[in-house]
Amino acid sequence: MGVKLLLDKAHVEGIRYFETYRREGGYRSVEKALKQMSPETIVEEVKKSGLRGRGGAGFPAGMKWSFIAKPEGVPRHLVCNADESEPGTFKDRYLMEFIPHLLIEGLIVSSFALGSHDTYIYIRGEYAWIVDILEHAIEEAKANGFLGKNILGSGFDCNIYVHRGAGAYICGEETALIESLEGKRGNPRIKPPFPAIQGVWNRPTVVNNVETLAAVVPIINMGGEEYAKIGIGRSTGTKLISACGNINKPGVYEIDMTISVEEFIYSDEYCGGIANGKQLKACIPGGSSVPILPANLLLKTAKGETRLMNYESLSDGGFATGSMMGSGGFIILDEDQCIVKNTYTLARFYRHESCGQCSPCREGTGWMEKILKNIDTGKGKMSDIDLLWDIQRKIEGNTICPLGDAAAWPVAAAIRHFRDEFEWHVLNPEESQKRNYGLAHYADPIHVPA
Amino acid sequence: MSEQPLFKVTIDNITIEVPAGTTILNAARKIGGEVAPPAMCYYSKLEGSGGKCRTCLVEVSKGSEKDPRPMPKLVASCRTTVMDGMEVKNITSEKVIDARNGVVEFLLINHPLDCPICDQAGECHLQDLSYNHGKEGTRYEFQRRTFKKHDIGPYIQLHMTRCILCYRCVFTADQLTKKREHGVLDRGDHAEIATFIEKSLDNDFIGNVIDVCPVGALTDKTFRFKNRVWFLKPMDAHRDCPTCSGKVTLWNRGDEVFRVTARKDEWGEVEDWICNTCRFEKKKTSDWIIEGPRMIDRHSVISQGHYAGNIGTHKPTETFEAINDGRQPKLLMDIHNISEVNKPEITLSLLDRPAHSTDFTK
Repeated sequence: MGVKLLLDKAHVEGIRYFETYRREGGYRSVEKALKQMSPETIVEEVKKSGLRGRGGAGFPAGMKWSFIAKPEGVPRHLVCNADESEPGTFKDRYLMEFIPHLLIEGLIVSSFALGSHDTYIYIRGEYAWIVDILEHAIEEAKANGFLGKNILGSGFDCNIYVHRGAGAYICGEETALIESLEGKRGNPRIKPPFPAIQGVWNRPTVVNNVETLAAVVPIINMGGEEYAKIGIGRSTGTKLISACGNINKPGVYEIDMTISVEEFIYSDEYCGGIANGKQLKACIPGGSSVPILPANLLLKTAKGETRLMNYESLSDGGFATGSMMGSGGFIILDEDQCIVKNTYTLARFYRHESCGQCSPCREGTGWMEKILKNIDTGKGKMSDIDLLWDIQRKIEGNTICPLGDAAAWPVAAAIRHFRDEFEWHVLNPEESQKRNYGLAHYADPIHVPA
Repeated sequence: MSEQPLFKVTIDNITIEVPAGTTILNAARKIGGEVAPPAMCYYSKLEGSGGKCRTCLVEVSKGSEKDPRPMPKLVASCRTTVMDGMEVKNITSEKVIDARNGVVEFLLINHPLDCPICDQAGECHLQDLSYNHGKEGTRYEFQRRTFKKHDIGPYIQLHMTRCILCYRCVFTADQLTKKREHGVLDRGDHAEIATFIEKSLDNDFIGNVIDVCPVGALTDKTFRFKNRVWFLKPMDAHRDCPTCSGKVTLWNRGDEVFRVTARKDEWGEVEDWICNTCRFEKKKTSDWIIEGPRMIDRHSVISQGHYAGNIGTHKPTETFEAINDGRQPKLLMDIHNISEVNKPEITLSLLDRPAHSTDFTK
């Protein structure tokens, strides 16, 4: 049983309400932070903890906080990114739905550390009922003196506002989120200037994921150094993984980043093995935009080491033989799943969600979708596979925001690891319509491309 | 006024000194010629424009004197400011040429090939870009995105099918007029420029959106299908206008004024915004005081090559040819060499029937 810091109390009866949460030891970190610590020491603790952004990029949170500009007389803002729309990722929803006060608590401490008096939660529009849960939690915190003016007599004022998005995946990108929060069209901005210098209404802004901000609570409670002892290397603390796909026990799991991928998939404590006694074929380990890995490269790295569930190990081997931790949306595909169809589904998603600013992403995502649809429906040509590769290569890295990369990576990885399946679809159009192409040999020992 | 520090920047092996805060694109434009990256969405007169079309991508091979690390990705030169000692590769970088090739292909997959009936043909930036950086054919085999034509106001027609979503017209309306009434609806490749819903744009300066449009998406209804631009003679002219500067270019054929546009500089950018009255209603020679012939855009078929780096104050002493052992910057594709129509091996007048494409490939 691994360490649980975020979800250990999530199933206590009534934890959604302030009284129970407080009785279970909630809001201790606010008392500690506001009474005994200064903003600088909190940032220092978060730096010591080695906490990395849980939204996908894994940028050290303490570092991000220390970049925020502090011009005289200009308000600063903290924005919580709850626009969780990546297919396969639903960890923030779980956290906000079951234990909303943890997020509010983390937000108060983080707002104090950053000097933000007006803090925003930008939540995806589809999470309509969670807005009510959060607003209720905010009201309760306010009634008990943890929000509003002069919190706990410390002289620090803070208000939290919940802002609903309108259903755009792109608004999960921090600069698009900022534009949307300002009431504009959610197009990503060009960096620099970074949000830490000019963010919401041109004021210094920090945008953090829900889980990152919630993790500030245990960091303050136990101290940054203690927190850093959990996990391995630069992957410190615990991480929420939302597991889904062909597994026996889909759901949100809190892991301490020392367990192996194999243990995570097959142990009864976590996913409980592949459903219906099937074999593992492939896995998208960090939300839909990260590269897909075949079974042989998932359980062991190209060097033959056991792959662990942490930032470094999952990205071991780069994109050639590795993937990314991403946002922790762990999608398992069994032997009956078709990689071409899966890739087509993802391409359709990214085409639909591209904001349309940069030409490569706007036009390229639609083009890839059309080609993949052709291959999937048995109308593909052999040259289409190379064309797909060329298109993704020309999108990746040539756009303003990472959505272009996110659209290109799944296609690239699918072709890189499952090219024979694409070719099989092209060569056997009729058969490919009748059944999915479940190749057992992806579970065979590792073949490392030269 | 305090003196701004000068930064030394090297673009395609040509070194130039520019004030701090200049973008790579503007530094390159000071050098002029092929060194200047193409720009489809950037417009120096519009604040906030640029960064979207990705045609101006360049490789920064040396970040600055202090931090010489190269930048990991290609950067949009229109929105990246120069640092002291920066080294930039534009057409000397294969990565850039390859990426630009890709961008042109992407821009063209949903753009109709209706140049023969498009009013913009001859002064179209996308046309120039495709000649310079495009490929001979397309690999796109699907139906193109189409939209209905919309009349937005009495003078302007919007043909979204041709639009490349550069956002220039949105910025123009935002910055020139008090109330912007059109913008971008929807997302991704189904995004469109539109008024919400079917409004007419009738601001005094709204006609300028036609001039900033790099393609034929916004056209002048008083000029549509009247003439091809290369048959017209551009003349600088002015009049006493109560609303604008009154400095325009007249497009004449004989004595007849076919259209009025703002004066455009070497980079196809408007020098002075003009009002709707000058643009749409003053179509008689007697309305204007003619100054003389107008030199048009460096790419244009209307008059080629009249501009050569005359914008910058200092012309660099090192030329591109001198640095590259006499090698001229070369276009990826020269339409005149590729098209068989330009070098027929038969004399068309000798045929006693209409010429056919097979006549050219004999």
